[in-house]
Amino acid sequence: MNPLEVPNTTSGIVRLSIPARAEWVAVARLAVAAVASRQRFSIDEIEDIKLAIAEACTNAIQHGAPDGTIDIECELRDEELVTTVRDRGLGPRLGTVNEERIGEMGRTEELGVFLIRALMDSVDYTSDVRDGTQLVMIKRVSA
Amino acid sequence: MDIKVNVRESEGDAYVVDLTGEIDVYTSPKVKDAITELIDQEHYNLVINLEKVRYIDSTGLGVLIGGLKRVREHGGSVSLVCTNPQIKKIFDITGLVKIFGIFDDEQSAMKALA
Repeated sequence: MNPLEVPNTTSGIVRLSIPARAEWVAVARLAVAAVASRQRFSIDEIEDIKLAIAEACTNAIQHGAPDGTIDIECELRDEELVTTVRDRGLGPRLGTVNEERIGEMGRTEELGVFLIRALMDSVDYTSDVRDGTQLVMIKRVSA
Repeated sequence: MDIKVNVRESEGDAYVVDLTGEIDVYTSPKVKDAITELIDQEHYNLVINLEKVRYIDSTGLGVLIGGLKRVREHGGSVSLVCTNPQIKKIFDITGLVKIFGIFDDEQSAMKALA
């Protein structure tokens, strides 16, 4: 089939690996935002995605293996974006966030995790010694 | 991506920190250094102007919270100027609107310090 005749579709997978260093987080969030912009997300939703991906990368930098790599996979499905962020370290458990106390001063370490949960529609977290930490975040196009 | 930090003296003993750009894990140390320097010089009433900030993440929020904690130890305060809806939303969902004064303009932010 002539590739030019393939029906226009928004589905697809984009993979990106960045060094686990602070200066690369902006690249990750902008790349994922560019992928998200191919779906019907609003500007606000794309901003939510950017921040959640950046928080996941920051978490990987702070708790992942030193001098490691962060692997990011974005799967654009029908009406949703599934983003997976993987690193080789053992990040903090996402389930430890106390949402009622997140605004209290001195609890800044929980803010990033809280923001990911608040901004994305679904968050799944796994961490083990062999595979490291994997965070799967889903954002759906609002009705 | 970068952040520009401009510090200027204002009314009374208050100082204004104008920030332009994006505050994230890479740029937030520069913001922290500016706020820390002001506090070390015993300036405890600060207006942090986020009007030209396009993006802030948890590390940026952490810097602002850290600054507020330090100035409060000396009876001071921090007021924020912010009209960007996306950034205001972040302060809202994290509950930080309860601990920061967030204003639409510098004059109002300055008045709240008094």
